Amino acid sequence: MTDYIQKISIIVSQGSLEGIYPGLIMANGARSEGIEANLFFTFFGLDAINKSRQDHIKLSSVGNPGLHFPTWLGGFPGVSKIMTQYMESKMEKLDIPPIPEFIEMISDTGAGLYACKASVDLFGMSKDDFIDQLDGIITVGDFYQLASGGQMLFT
Amino acid sequence: MTTASYVGIEVEVNEEGFFTDPSAWREEMAPIIAKEMGIDELTDEHWQVIRFVRDRYLQTGGGPSVRVLGKTSGVAVKDLYRLFPKGPAKQAAKIAGIPKPVGCI
Repeated sequence: MTDYIQKISIIVSQGSLEGIYPGLIMANGARSEGIEANLFFTFFGLDAINKSRQDHIKLSSVGNPGLHFPTWLGGFPGVSKIMTQYMESKMEKLDIPPIPEFIEMISDTGAGLYACKASVDLFGMSKDDFIDQLDGIITVGDFYQLASGGQMLFT
Repeated sequence: MTTASYVGIEVEVNEEGFFTDPSAWREEMAPIIAKEMGIDELTDEHWQVIRFVRDRYLQTGGGPSVRVLGKTSGVAVKDLYRLFPKGPAKQAAKIAGIPKPVGCI
């Protein structure tokens, strides 16, 4: 018996910059500690692995109290873009890769990348919409089986 | 602080087994430290990474992240994990006798 976490399964359910990064950082961090990791992208989280969308992920500038500015200001055209660029430049300085590079790297670490079948059907997507590193489009039941024997994180 | 003994030399290590004094490290210690972590043989590829992280530490004062290793060591991320399955940045640092790299990436 050991007290260490051996395996983690992380669900990414949101499509914003601040919704996607935490799951990626947790997955990459798990692999760098030698922990087995699987990522399951569902709902808007699918954008993170969508070929044409993963390079255009934006920070939510509306309804995001953490930004500490008025909601009406966040709704102005271009504010989300500016805030996203600001965050991206800060992250690059901290050696945090852009989302497409990060996901490719996480795949290279040996972590599994899976898309939620119900969400793929809901949004009318198919395998061709996703990056080559995707390990499969699977059901919730399949994911639970993959997650067996480990811990789970919902983000 | 605990001590470990490699090739008959006592060295100080932290609770996770990382060297607290990198200057105490000798190349002959590397295969023994590696074996403790389940890496039975150090190939040329392993050594390329081990030397790289040690040089980098001596130059910058910190061990490189996996991203930096993948981009600059000449060994790709996929291969890094093949060589050091329990985490390349961490395992290579331990074998190279330098402190555990800090940072989340």
